[in-house]
Amino acid sequence: MVPSDNPAMYIQHHLANWKMGEGFWTWHLDTILFGMLTAFILMYFGRKVAKNLTSEAPTGLQSFMEMIVEFVDGQVKESFHGHSKLVAPLALTIFAWVFLMNAMDLLPVDLLSFIGGVLGLELHAKVVPTTDLNTTFAMAISVFVLIVYFSIKSKGVIGFGKEFLYIPFGKYLMPVNIVMKLVEELAKPVSLGMRLFGNMYAGELIFLLIALLPFWVQPLLSTPWAIFHILIITLQAFIFMILTIVYLSLAIEEH
Amino acid sequence: MNVNATIIGQLITFWVLIWFVMKYVWGPITSMMEARTKRIADGLAAGERGKHELELAAKRGSEVLLETKHKAAEIIALAEKRASEIVEEAKGNAKAEGERLIAGAKAEIEQEVYRAKEGLRQQVAELAVAGAEKILRREIDAKAHTELLSSIKNEL
Repeated sequence: MVPSDNPAMYIQHHLANWKMGEGFWTWHLDTILFGMLTAFILMYFGRKVAKNLTSEAPTGLQSFMEMIVEFVDGQVKESFHGHSKLVAPLALTIFAWVFLMNAMDLLPVDLLSFIGGVLGLELHAKVVPTTDLNTTFAMAISVFVLIVYFSIKSKGVIGFGKEFLYIPFGKYLMPVNIVMKLVEELAKPVSLGMRLFGNMYAGELIFLLIALLPFWVQPLLSTPWAIFHILIITLQAFIFMILTIVYLSLAIEEH
Repeated sequence: MNVNATIIGQLITFWVLIWFVMKYVWGPITSMMEARTKRIADGLAAGERGKHELELAAKRGSEVLLETKHKAAEIIALAEKRASEIVEEAKGNAKAEGERLIAGAKAEIEQEVYRAKEGLRQQVAELAVAGAEKILRREIDAKAHTELLSSIKNEL
């Protein structure tokens, strides 16, 4: 399909997922597929490096991985003032996985439907799993569960409950406190999930809009946008990671 | 783009990935990096220790050298002293020996002189006796005058 024939249809096609099932039990196969693919890429290279570790001068992939590990470890040590074996690997997983999923955005927007066309399939799929709310909220909800878990673990159920009742306005405004705290806690996963989704969705949309323009204008716009997008990809992965660390750090700290 | 069952799939992927990264990637890499940090620290410490030991050894070496020099000088001084002593002793010995030799020679000479004198005395006595005999043969009996002659001989 030539994009400029019917812009609305073109954009709709590209923003629709590859679906299976009905109602709640609808599966976005593209999201799951590319989510798993990026996860496998991460596992493969992670395992490859970890298996061939050398404590001599590292080379190639190992130095790259060490650099990232050191970077993430530094961020965690700086922000998270507790002892947890989970937080640092969690931060690394979030950073690397979100980065890889976001990086799928740099594939040309029509590549997948083009390949589908070659294979004779009417394929409407999104290659960027982070433009799907399901992915971003899967992570955001996981982080939320961990926040609750860390809070209860460090303060106990009663301590955590007290925070709901007495903060920030003291015991005489208990109902207000509950509402405030609920909003505060719920805002964390919502903002985490929506921020990443919104940024990536908007980025993808702009690529689609550029693709609607005459072909001789496209490189002029899509190249700078792609370069700028490299920054967004990394930045969003970094923000998700840092916020996770900060939220978990807040969860274990006494008020 | 609404939330649906896909979230379950993504949750599973996410948690499997976290588990995998935690167990097989983060653990080995960080423990290796810690081990490396320790190794580097140990190496630096060992280097520092080695340097210190080298300094000590150099100091000790120079001390030993100095001591040796002193000893050598002492030995040389001692040897020189001993040599001069030996020379002195040898000189003394030679002098004594010479004196002894001279004394011996003198004694011998004296003895010779004495012997010659004795011989001469004998001969003179005999000569005197012979002369006297010849003179007195005619007039005096030799036997009667032997006593007189020996007293003369003794006076010589």
